[in-house]
Amino acid sequence: MADHPGYVPTKLQDAINWAQKYSLFTYPFATACCAMEFMATMAGKYDIARFGAEFPRFSPRQADLLLVVGTITERQGPVLRRVYDQMADPKWVMAFGVCASTGGFYQNYTVMPGADQVIPVDVYVPGCPPRPEQVLDGLMTLQRKIQDHRGHSQREIGNTAAVTPTDRRRLPIIPDGTSMTLDEDERMPKDGRVL
Amino acid sequence: MAATVLSALRRRFGQGIEETGSYAGDEIAIVARDQVVEVLTWLRDDAQMAFDMLTDLTVVDYLGQTPRFEVVYQLYSLTHKHRVRVKVHVGEAEDDCWVPSVCGLWLAANWAEREAWDLYGVRFEGHPDMRRILMYDEFVGHPLRKDYPQNARQPLLRRPDATPTDDQTTRLLEDSHDRRTSG
Repeated sequence: MADHPGYVPTKLQDAINWAQKYSLFTYPFATACCAMEFMATMAGKYDIARFGAEFPRFSPRQADLLLVVGTITERQGPVLRRVYDQMADPKWVMAFGVCASTGGFYQNYTVMPGADQVIPVDVYVPGCPPRPEQVLDGLMTLQRKIQDHRGHSQREIGNTAAVTPTDRRRLPIIPDGTSMTLDEDERMPKDGRVL
Repeated sequence: MAATVLSALRRRFGQGIEETGSYAGDEIAIVARDQVVEVLTWLRDDAQMAFDMLTDLTVVDYLGQTPRFEVVYQLYSLTHKHRVRVKVHVGEAEDDCWVPSVCGLWLAANWAEREAWDLYGVRFEGHPDMRRILMYDEFVGHPLRKDYPQNARQPLLRRPDATPTDDQTTRLLEDSHDRRTSG
């Protein structure tokens, strides 16, 4: 290979991962005060744009990084799962702050002990709320993870270069016309109301 | 001003006013349940009272006392700028744990009564839409009652591989709440 100076030898998968880690489109699922710190991270002084993650998409269908920013209640569980399921593969999830990571200082009847109870999480950023530096550190950790092909959906898919649209997860259609991806046995209790 | 509200109440309703008093400058009247709508209607409509605003409606759980619950109405008059607090004692037993709804007097009572029902389990008879407002329909029990197990969780949704809910809290929950909500 070294006698061909005209190109950079790499695996296609590495090149794709390199491109994806510097063009993360974020979906901020902002539910609580951590959102203020997210805004600080977005704004000029800390400038998350330097990492290629500057553009929040307020539709999960256009995003590939789900930021769970703030406390998740039990009642929000199905909503969060639905947002996550609408994102196209490959996708990544960051739990932003202790509430999204573990429930934080809430230990009561209504707060979910961490977003990872309902969706897979790739990076946990502690702090109440986390400083922008912590968020950027979490983002760089995620970028390393993406480059190493260690994200949860990357591991699930395997070779993302070989994936065709028909391989991607198909969203089941429920009678009310919306796509709902909760299996019956995932709901508790089983006679639950569809949210 | 407010003391005249209490004396006017006593003059007009006599035995219907179980007790009056004041705390930290707030005037308080405890009213019998069968008279509460009558009393509140008069407080709203009488020209001297004119309590046209229901500031808040809430419940207090005095676990261990009889009667156990106290429904509290905070009233304010935008006309006369005075306030009064009206309380009703409510028992714990299923057939005693209710008060008449005041949705017909103040529209603000609608959601406040739903919240009180959701979190304390006090029924508001005659409410047009008596269902939970904060918790989900699948939720069992009333979480702000003092005997609700502190660590009990009732997840609406879990990943198959999520950390399971603690068995002990599940049992606590079943013990203390299935009985009450089975009716």
